[in-house]
Amino acid sequence: MTALLYILLAIVVAVAIWQIASILNLKSVIATEKDNNTQGILFAAFGIFFYGLMIFSFVKYSSILLPDSASVEGDRYDTLYMVTMVLILIVQAITQFLLFYFAFKYRGIKGRKALFYADSHKLELIWTVIPAVVLAGLVLYGLSVWIDVMDASDAEDPLIVEVYAKQFQWEARYAGEDNELGLANVRNIKGINTMGVDMTDKNALDDIPTRELHLPKGRKVIFKFRSQDVLHSAYMPHFRAQMNCVPGMVTQFAFTPSMTTEEMRLNDKTITKVEGINKIRAEKGEDPYEFDYLLLCNKICGASHYNMQMKIIVEEESEFNSWLNSQKTMAQVVQ
Amino acid sequence: MSDHHHKETFVTKYIFSTDHKMISKQYLITGIFMGVIGVFMSMLFRLQIAWPEKSFSIIEAFLGHHQDGGVMSPDIYLAIVTIHGTIMVFFVLTAGLSGTFSNLLIPLQIGARDMASGFLNMVSYWLFFLSSIIMVISLFVEAGPASAGWTIYPPLSALPQAIPGSGLGMTLWLVSMAIFIASSLLGALNYIVTVLNLRTVGMKMTRLPLTIWAFFITAIIGVVSFPVLLSAALLLIFDRSFGTSFYLSDIFIQGEVLHYQGGSPVLFEHLFWFLGHPEVYIVLLPALGITSEIISTNSRKPIFGYRAMIGSIIAIAFLSTIVWGHHMFVSGMNPFLGSVFTFTTLLIAIPSAVKAFNYITTLWKGNLQMNPAMLFSIGLVSTFISGGLTGLVLGDSALDINVHDTYFVVAHFHLVMGVSAIYGMFAGVYHWFPKMYGRMMNKTLGYWHFWITAVAAYGVFFPMHFIGLAGLPRRYYSNTAFPLFDDVADVNIVITMFAILGGAAQIIFLANFFISIYKGKKATQNPWKSNTLEWTTPIEHIHGNWPGEIPAVHRWPYDYSKPGHEEDYVCQTTPLMDGEEES
Ligand code: HEM
Ligand SMILES: [Cu+2]
Ligand SMILES: [Cu+2]
Repeated sequence: MTALLYILLAIVVAVAIWQIASILNLKSVIATEKDNNTQGILFAAFGIFFYGLMIFSFVKYSSILLPDSASVEGDRYDTLYMVTMVLILIVQAITQFLLFYFAFKYRGIKGRKALFYADSHKLELIWTVIPAVVLAGLVLYGLSVWIDVMDASDAEDPLIVEVYAKQFQWEARYAGEDNELGLANVRNIKGINTMGVDMTDKNALDDIPTRELHLPKGRKVIFKFRSQDVLHSAYMPHFRAQMNCVPGMVTQFAFTPSMTTEEMRLNDKTITKVEGINKIRAEKGEDPYEFDYLLLCNKICGASHYNMQMKIIVEEESEFNSWLNSQKTMAQVVQ
Repeated sequence: MSDHHHKETFVTKYIFSTDHKMISKQYLITGIFMGVIGVFMSMLFRLQIAWPEKSFSIIEAFLGHHQDGGVMSPDIYLAIVTIHGTIMVFFVLTAGLSGTFSNLLIPLQIGARDMASGFLNMVSYWLFFLSSIIMVISLFVEAGPASAGWTIYPPLSALPQAIPGSGLGMTLWLVSMAIFIASSLLGALNYIVTVLNLRTVGMKMTRLPLTIWAFFITAIIGVVSFPVLLSAALLLIFDRSFGTSFYLSDIFIQGEVLHYQGGSPVLFEHLFWFLGHPEVYIVLLPALGITSEIISTNSRKPIFGYRAMIGSIIAIAFLSTIVWGHHMFVSGMNPFLGSVFTFTTLLIAIPSAVKAFNYITTLWKGNLQMNPAMLFSIGLVSTFISGGLTGLVLGDSALDINVHDTYFVVAHFHLVMGVSAIYGMFAGVYHWFPKMYGRMMNKTLGYWHFWITAVAAYGVFFPMHFIGLAGLPRRYYSNTAFPLFDDVADVNIVITMFAILGGAAQIIFLANFFISIYKGKKATQNPWKSNTLEWTTPIEHIHGNWPGEIPAVHRWPYDYSKPGHEEDYVCQTTPLMDGEEES
């Protein structure tokens, strides 16, 4: 019923607009010289609004952005990102300026004839070749980073961790002593063996299942992702890392953590961001927040997609090892 | 075709019409109707994102059992986002935009009496109408409409156990889309055949207005890519209803193992995006074609680089079919394949850049007539650039890793495809309204409509990049589960306020549009002093478009302000003067 009311209200508003417009001479339909003038000036004003909005957003929202990268590979990501962003902003600033400026400058005047200028191969060559060259550079640079980031070879004795997704939780499994994950399949899921680890595989016995993700600083980590039901995506924004978790297949991603959780908490940008957050929380009367790395789900996966998270703790390798040793192995858990 | 006169009844004239001008209006009205639903949905879910725990009577009023005390449920949030995306992309900006303007303009601008097959054209519209009805009906399904995102990735879309919308709601979605695809294929084939065969005397391909080039190439992309979506949908139907395993494997859900084995969701992603990416250009190219025409007419200048514009349309169309993988950089696809798609994707930036520069150069030293259509066209160039540039981030596989599926993407594609194409559609409506209805739309309301929309669109989508860069994933019902995101809450409120402003501005348009149909000022023969053929037809619509012979064409469509001519426009039907060179 109320729905109907809203619809009626919208109709009333529409009619009202029409009535107002008819008082203001609604028969005007084609732009006059006066309109050209006003609208041209409005385009100039809009240009100012546009740059204002851009500058405002960059100043005001820089504090909400992600802090410095917490992985070695992420540093290269951030540099590539900066280079691309600067390029984008330069092109954006120039082209939008020309657009709004021309809209203002060449607003129509009675009796003036436009310049008949249909073609210039020279100009077109310039703006085909320049973007082509710039883009070629960007592609080469981008691909070198991509190849570097996607390198999941086990040359440097990496740590191997499985990250396991299901509606709406994450679990993890460390490869254990042998640094080799045992086979697993959803058909083996039973009772406490929630990840379907194949206990007849001898590599599986020393695997270590956990509900928290601990990572050693300075050692490359290779993640193997699996999903139990639908697509999920393991998103670790602080490390500039993301990979989908696909039922029926194992996907992978690797990075080397470069800052422990403690170090990240002391990072300037993190401090500013956390202060901002805590100001807001204080106003709402909520407990202060302390920074932690997070693993989030970033592929629509159902009702609680918005709350599918796991804490990540990066620590010095020795601390990491003692944590890992204190965890139960699969063999111990299942028996 | 025109010489055998059959008596027209109300039904053959207004309902089952085979006249392209009437069909065009039918597409437009249906598109607007769907657009109202789609935009309204975005208002509802923006309310939820900005004020997650707050009760809204409007949500209570519209969402029935999917809400509790004025707060929507997570399932229905995803459903509304899904249907919003589907409606906007397919029903408004594919059928509503292409269907309206291809139908109206192809025969009129190439000098044909109607489409090659009026009957298929009618069937095409009614299939579209049927699919719209089914999509709307799916909103009323008990468990809710399809909720797996407009990309309907399985297994989520295949398993009702995973999300309630994947039951009957998803079935209706698939049926509706299958019919929709049949409709667009019939339409597209008709457009292609008409452009190739029915051009009037002298209308060489190199004398076609850029609108026609855009519609023509768009139709070709549609014919190449839509069937692939159809097969993807069919396989999904098999998986859902007949127990096959094309996309499904090794699934354990709600305490039981499902029998599926050997399929892969990644296969679906490939098939979906093989349409999905070209779809972006199916939406965008017609808008760019319309803009080319309007910018040139209202600048009183030839479009700059006519041949380069055609070349870039063709290049974009070709490249658009080999870039789909940029939606899948983190899908688990082989990284080498990712490199290839990065390369092709950044390649497509070149013809796009050419188009943008050519628009700007067309304005240079023009004599700009600021009609509402012109404002929207200039607005389109601006949002096309703003949105296109962030494509450099998303198209670069390395950079995509951290922004994939965040609000940065939502901001990017809304600017480059959503807002740009909607602007193109508005521009087209303001410009060709006199051709459709024989009356004019009011310009003052047009100005208000444009400026409020322009401010709101940037107000919504510019800040949205930043919350994406803060790491906020899209398709989140609420951000309250993460203290990390407490500081984006304010930004979300700003965005929602601009969204409501922008939504409300569309009421001005609706009022202007519907009342102008009945009460607008009567149109003159050639209100914008345009060169193209559609303005040589009588204002009153007649079957067959021209009362006598179809006029012959002697020149290209962009002789604006040509030296040696009295007026600042020279219709395509005017023969070349002695010693005059064709441009
Ligand atoms: C009234 C202005 C609009 C607003 C405020 C708006 C807002 C939004 C927002 C915030 C989302 C993301 C929701 C999420 O991921 O959780 C979204 C999704 C989407 N919108 Fe819009 N939108 C508008 C108009 C349009 C238009 C004109 C198009 C046409 C292309 C469009 C197409 C889409 C698509 C394809 C999605 C993705 C749906 C999905 O995730 O499955 N929207 N919209
Ligand atoms: Cu998930
Ligand atoms: Cu794409």
